[in-house]
Amino acid sequence: MADETLDASGLNCPLPILKTKKALSKMDAGKILDVISTDAGSVKDIEAFCNQTGNKLMSTVEDGGKYVFTIEKV
Amino acid sequence: MSDDNNKMTIIATKGTFDWAFPPFIIASTGVAMDKEVTIFFTFYGLNLLLKDTSKLRVTPIGNPSMPMKMPFGPKWIQNIDFGPKIPNILWNIPGADILVTYLMKKTMAKHGVAKLDDLRSMCQEFDVKFIACEMTVELFGYSKDDFIDGVEFAGAASYFDEAATGNHHLYM
Repeated sequence: MADETLDASGLNCPLPILKTKKALSKMDAGKILDVISTDAGSVKDIEAFCNQTGNKLMSTVEDGGKYVFTIEKV
Repeated sequence: MSDDNNKMTIIATKGTFDWAFPPFIIASTGVAMDKEVTIFFTFYGLNLLLKDTSKLRVTPIGNPSMPMKMPFGPKWIQNIDFGPKIPNILWNIPGADILVTYLMKKTMAKHGVAKLDDLRSMCQEFDVKFIACEMTVELFGYSKDDFIDGVEFAGAASYFDEAATGNHHLYM
């Protein structure tokens, strides 16, 4: 179960990434963030974001054009 | 995660509404991904630092392949690309740039693209460093009061100081 949820639905590049960064910066290490996005580009982008920042992408779930990314803050 | 290799610089040289976006998009994403980013604004790029960005325009003049689709109206009209269909000379009609800019803003809002001023504030919130080229500020007769707060004024040598490390240096 996520500690925080960020709804980035309807937002386009780079807003889901910027909002994710902001949300994570307010959280403690080890906490879990769920990011909801409708931007198909964010599938690759959230993965790249996690690769570069070291945060852990635990899962990506797609449900009819809606994506849920579960990220663990490092 | 701050080390010398994490530095990134952008030279922003264009001052039209459309070209205002790439420097701010790349810069804000860069800092979100732990880079330390500096944008050096020179020549027409200075427009992007003005307090009032409402005068920025986009025009299809000299850009005949610009896609132009209506952001509203019946689906079949929205699917038509008017860009290549309209002779480029017609875009010289006074006011055409205002119309095209308005339509681009509508299209962006519809697609959830950030507003220019919001994207710029986010860059500042994330500590992107903004440097305005002092020489072109004087050349174009700007006053420092024309620009938003938090802008540094310096010259080309300062750009090199910023770009001395890191491996991402982009010209836009």
